[in-house]
Amino acid sequence: MPDKPDRNAIEVVKVSKIFGSGEGQVAALDTVSVSIRENEFFTLLGPSGCGKTTLLRLIAGFDFPTAGEILLYGQDIAPLPPFKRPVNTVFQSYALFPHMTVAENIGFGLEMLGKPKAEIKARVDAMLKLVKMEALSARRTSQISGGQQQRVALARALAPQPKVLLLDEPLSALDYKLRKEMQIELKRLQHETGITFIFVTHDQEEALTMSDRIAVMSSGKILQVGSPRDIYDRPSERFVADFIGESNFLKAEVVGVSAGRATVKLSSGTEIPASLPEGLVPKGKVTIVVRPEHAQLSAASPSASLSGTVENIVYLGTDTHFHLRLADGEPFIVRRQNSRGTGDGIVQGGKVGILIGGDAAQVLKD
Amino acid sequence: MANRFSIKHQPGFTAIAATCFIVLYLPIVVLVIYAFNAATSTSEWGGFSLKWFQSAWQNTQVIDATLRSFQIGATAAVFSTIFATMAALATTRTAPYPGLTFKYAAINQPLMVPEIVTGVALLIFFSRIKIFTGYSGLGYLIAAHTAFCIPFAYLPIRARLENMDLTLERAAADLYATPWRTFRRITLPLLWPGILAGLMLAFVISLDDVVITEFVKSGGQDTLPTYMLGQIRRGITPEINAISTVFLLLSVAIVTLFFFISRKHA
Repeated sequence: MPDKPDRNAIEVVKVSKIFGSGEGQVAALDTVSVSIRENEFFTLLGPSGCGKTTLLRLIAGFDFPTAGEILLYGQDIAPLPPFKRPVNTVFQSYALFPHMTVAENIGFGLEMLGKPKAEIKARVDAMLKLVKMEALSARRTSQISGGQQQRVALARALAPQPKVLLLDEPLSALDYKLRKEMQIELKRLQHETGITFIFVTHDQEEALTMSDRIAVMSSGKILQVGSPRDIYDRPSERFVADFIGESNFLKAEVVGVSAGRATVKLSSGTEIPASLPEGLVPKGKVTIVVRPEHAQLSAASPSASLSGTVENIVYLGTDTHFHLRLADGEPFIVRRQNSRGTGDGIVQGGKVGILIGGDAAQVLKD
Repeated sequence: MANRFSIKHQPGFTAIAATCFIVLYLPIVVLVIYAFNAATSTSEWGGFSLKWFQSAWQNTQVIDATLRSFQIGATAAVFSTIFATMAALATTRTAPYPGLTFKYAAINQPLMVPEIVTGVALLIFFSRIKIFTGYSGLGYLIAAHTAFCIPFAYLPIRARLENMDLTLERAAADLYATPWRTFRRITLPLLWPGILAGLMLAFVISLDDVVITEFVKSGGQDTLPTYMLGQIRRGITPEINAISTVFLLLSVAIVTLFFFISRKHA
């Protein structure tokens, strides 16, 4: 990843959005602050109802915040109507104009900006080329496939060269294979245009594949912002660890903290090192998280971090999941990549040891 | 068997359907046939003739009434469609609020209040205005027709608006279109089939009206339906059949025309 200039395209400052009034009021966003850098592929990830689409709508101007500021390169755009913001949106339903051709759809924004005809034509042609839709420019939008409509929606939103492109779950209507293709396509478009992308999705895999940085949201708050690797390897809260990937949660007790790392004592009595979320100085009882592929199996021995009984072995082709029951009754899953060869003597009902390496455990805030 | 439970396969379906069609269309067929009757009777056949069409064509009262009907109908249809479009936009492009149902009722009032009541009310109301202003032109009929045509224009326009994806207007705003340009470039073109349907319905309803027209019209302001009613009181000749036949053909032609125009736009 090349170094990105540390300039912020969007700064969301203490934004709240409250729907309804009196008893029935709901905070869709609760004092959210986040900075999105120039040229970044930024993803808002969370389950439905977490406020990610509300935040996108506030940036687009389809709704106005109850409190707070939204800065676009330093200028507060929160009170501006959508047609005065140099920000364009790719809608979940694409929202292509059915009474216009593909080319007319793509040129609409430029036309509304009052650009000269020749410039519009040149720009529309360039956009058609960018999304590989040259052959279908004269078609009606109802005469093209879902994947093609998706490309037109992208071209239409990119044509006026917005400062920021907003994408509201644009891939959710596509089938699996097309979705995979479009993920790579979107990355390419972002790279080629150099436009800041803000992408909303509930699909963790999509977020991990495409993003430079991810903000994980839940109940109107941003829980954690970081690179896909940060979010996956160093989840700061239980919700983040649970929402992205599979996780083992273990109860532990902090026995020492030094230089941003802690030593924790597991239920088995073994002490292991664990990383800490930024700014957290933990004390007493905590929960730690270990990803299933970050733990190893060994023969049952006192040197293992934990020991357990094999309850179930699930063979998945590329890897195998071992469902274990720990001595204290908690479940634990270990994932191991398969290689060719015969088994290794681990059988259902057998006793095994679990090794948790030096960098595998992470202390959670909650 | 995909069609096992189809209503078409229920016993008696064909018989009931046929009866309905006969009851609906047989009188009209008889009326049309007798328009070509050479005799002066509307019940005894005296051979084929086009003379009643000719006589209607040469009857200046018929021609005057027809032109008046079209003039009132066209004007009332245009005005009521404009009002209905504005009303439909105002009642659909908003979050539901208390009092919205009341507004629906107010807009659709002409569908619920008996025409005779509206007729009497307008007669009294307009007679006062006539005294004050001295004006006694077609304006009163046009105003009355516009008023009772509004719900007929409103319903198809509102139906069309409710089925329209709101995201389209949002997308236009997102692409730098001001509210007025969004309306001109997106809402209006997509609404057009609904507006045409409303216009057509309003025109046909106005063309057909007897009760309110009968109360509101001044002397010499007969429309085609009120003229025909007046003629029938004096005794029926096949000329009435001939006029009805032309009227029928015109209505069918207008409806068909609008159907094709709106289908092209849809």
